[in-house]
Amino acid sequence: MKISVEVNGQAQERDVEPRTLLVHFLRENLGLTGTHIGCETTICGACTVHLDGRAVKSCTLFAVQADGHKLTTVEGLARDAEHLHPVQIGFWEEHGLQCGYCTPGMIMTTSALLAENPNPSEVEIRHAIEGNICRCTGYQQIVNAVQHAAKIASTIGKGAR
Amino acid sequence: MPVRPVSVGERIKRREDPRLIRGLASYTDDLKLHGGLHAAFVRSDYAAGRIDKVDVSRALARKGVVAVYTFDDLRGKVGRTPCVARPEPGRDAEHPLLADRFVRWVGQPIAVVIAEDRYIARDGALDVAVDITPLPAVVDLKRALEPAAPRVYADHKDNIALHIPRSMNPEVEKLFAEADGTVRLELVNQRVAPVSMEGRAVLAHWDEGPQRLTLWTSTQVPHLVKQSVAQCLGLAEIRIRVIAPEVGGGFGAKIPVYAEECLLPWISKQLRRPVKWSETRTENLLGTTHGRGHIHEIEAAYRKNGELLALRGRVISDVGAYPSFFGASIATFTPLMMPGCYRVKALDVEVVCVYTNTMATDAYRGAGRPEAAYTVERVMDEIAAATGLDAVEVRRRNFIPKSAFPFTTATGAVYDSGDYELALAKALERFDYPASRARQAKARAEGKLVGIGVATFTEICGLGPSTGASPIQRTGSWESGMVRVEPTGNVVITTGASPHGQGQETAFAQMAADAFGIDMNDVEVMHGDTDVVTHGVGTFGSRGLVVGGTAVHMALAKVTAKASRIAAHLLDAKPEQVSFDGESFRVAGSERKMTFRQVAEAAHLWNVPIPGEEPGLEAVARFEPTGTTFPFGAHFCEVEVDPDTGEVALLRYLAVDDAGKIVNPLLADGQRLGGIIQGLGQAMCEEVRYDESGQLLTATLMDYAMPKAHMFPRIELDSTCTPTHLNPLGAKGIGELGTIGSTPCFVSAVLDALRPRGVKHLDMPLKAERVWRALAEAAR
Repeated sequence: MKISVEVNGQAQERDVEPRTLLVHFLRENLGLTGTHIGCETTICGACTVHLDGRAVKSCTLFAVQADGHKLTTVEGLARDAEHLHPVQIGFWEEHGLQCGYCTPGMIMTTSALLAENPNPSEVEIRHAIEGNICRCTGYQQIVNAVQHAAKIASTIGKGAR
Repeated sequence: MPVRPVSVGERIKRREDPRLIRGLASYTDDLKLHGGLHAAFVRSDYAAGRIDKVDVSRALARKGVVAVYTFDDLRGKVGRTPCVARPEPGRDAEHPLLADRFVRWVGQPIAVVIAEDRYIARDGALDVAVDITPLPAVVDLKRALEPAAPRVYADHKDNIALHIPRSMNPEVEKLFAEADGTVRLELVNQRVAPVSMEGRAVLAHWDEGPQRLTLWTSTQVPHLVKQSVAQCLGLAEIRIRVIAPEVGGGFGAKIPVYAEECLLPWISKQLRRPVKWSETRTENLLGTTHGRGHIHEIEAAYRKNGELLALRGRVISDVGAYPSFFGASIATFTPLMMPGCYRVKALDVEVVCVYTNTMATDAYRGAGRPEAAYTVERVMDEIAAATGLDAVEVRRRNFIPKSAFPFTTATGAVYDSGDYELALAKALERFDYPASRARQAKARAEGKLVGIGVATFTEICGLGPSTGASPIQRTGSWESGMVRVEPTGNVVITTGASPHGQGQETAFAQMAADAFGIDMNDVEVMHGDTDVVTHGVGTFGSRGLVVGGTAVHMALAKVTAKASRIAAHLLDAKPEQVSFDGESFRVAGSERKMTFRQVAEAAHLWNVPIPGEEPGLEAVARFEPTGTTFPFGAHFCEVEVDPDTGEVALLRYLAVDDAGKIVNPLLADGQRLGGIIQGLGQAMCEEVRYDESGQLLTATLMDYAMPKAHMFPRIELDSTCTPTHLNPLGAKGIGELGTIGSTPCFVSAVLDALRPRGVKHLDMPLKAERVWRALAEAAR
């Protein structure tokens, strides 16, 4: 099936098998390997991307379901190393990652959170990442990272660019 | 005095992060080679059975399927699944890469389908028809020990893989006879799954031209993979390059060298094309090693003043269906570390490692030590309950005093250094223990089930010396470090450790920056590539900094010494007159000096030859630990149990840890926080469950309960610093500390909450249902 999607601001047209999972489409067809696969069951959140600005888990969506929609992956958050998204800065500053495998999903989930709720409480942050599993950090430094991001975003205006 | 600020000891953010936060890091599955094929495995649906027939014809007929292999294709051409801790003959099992006539656990690979893409490979795997006659399986550990139990290996006389009998030490019997009381516990330390967020992944490329194999694999031990694959396939090591690219966590499960890591290179060599396999999460839960899986039957003798005199009993360890890499050796650490931080006078503990029709177990964050700490901490709480003494007081009365170090325990472990009283005192103060107990008493009076938990513990890190190494391993307990200075004065470090989240690219760059007075950004740290890195061992057992970091430190010192000699010659001084002040080599009592970069340039330009020296500036060092380090800690927590649902809320958690000197507190905090939550995961929710026929009931993350963010309060951290004399860094190891302390601490708190209701025993995980049932039973 032919699908047209906008990924990280670029229009993409591809022919895909109907059964192709969105995460495989991103990784294999478009070469965007920043989106990871951790469980294939919508539990771990490593595959989280933005679909029309909302955080979704791309391991249990078909690529054809994204037809006509706008997608953002972790690669699309920052133009270059000098223009990191506040959430990326937060993760770096607060040691919000170790092995880094869950990180793109965590960043996509929490950047969507901050877009909706620019000043979340610790409890709200912890609930927002309930669907994202991290085995390394114990989550605390991820919470710190998101708080850090909220602080920067509030000083430089709207977070996402 | 150093001119530059020292970076070691500072909270420096990681240099690893920019690539990871932008999605630009390359894990194994992210790599793509021209002409690459994909592998999918056909795995056993039965825990025990005889393979009658494997029909691959339909798979082979499928468009896009390139090949299908079964054991018949491998027979006589490849070796067994690599194993270092091999049981004795008659108890050992030659575990094949693909099942040979019999299957012994659900998930065991039977056939592998190679196809043009991963979807076709999976279709092909479904096409393979396997006829299996089921045989009786044995899953329960104690059942496996019964003489009439089905045997995992029909030609073995029982299901025992390793047996270390009781020594019948008369001292132990004497202490039991003299004791005021004894407690007896049977504790289940349940099987858990390591669940690194990246599963295992392998990409093998045999290059027929140069006759070399490149193997990318998600491992903690690339050098051991190289040796093991060479041995299994009969290839010379020099024909193999193993690369651990970005590795998404390991936690012990990526130490074993697996059948898939041997099989894919062999297939690539047959087909002369690259082959890739990435496990699914279900494959990860079925076929990547599990951890723990112990039953401890322990008796403790004590005096009424709370003094623990002796321990005796049995450790039963589930090694699963085959001896994994280090699998059968893990439980031997348990009796060794069972004294914990206490002056136990004598121990006599038997170890029985048992085969069952389940996935093999192996190292998992702590590997044998968490099991020991859990048991001795449960014993401490039982002694407190029996004597009416406070749980903290009982521990304190049994501490090995600061003045006794180095201390040899009753099990022969030589503890390097410790000040348990100091860590405990700090924790008591931070936790405000008397106030917490007062609050608890008030809450209890209101009918609330509030509990306070404590764990004081130590563990063993940075294993060595190499005299204990297995000849099969062909590598000792040392680690390598190399420092190469470029003509510009920029520095390349390679380490035989293989970090995968620990942050050693940052920590080692800090060390080099301090050693040479250069910017951290002018240091490159390389690891995980056997063609680039001097032969080494890898990352496990909290050895990355303690052993690997020390090797780097030694190499830096060698380079500094040579640089100093070169500077002396060029500055027209005697070597002993020259010293490095953190920025320049200076001649004592004069203004003559050279920066490190000037020395590096001179060492390579060599237009002024230095007598007795070679050009260039680099050094390799290997650190052989002469002993092991024993970090320690004191943890406290507070819980409240809902009497109606059994749900446990963790209200507060405080950790005071002592890992000696810290190179980067930011990284150390990360290790501690992650470790604490991982240990709490075991205590609260995690459990690998098989049914009695050996079917895995927890084969997805929908069924295997992982700790999640909302379950935890903010963990409070504090620390003390008791350096070790065993390495020049003074570092004791931190990777596993949190995991070892937090599991018993949480259980201690829940039992403390429930004791007034008559609940005296619980086994992990302390899920609501289990706690509710215990409350209901006690009320009856």
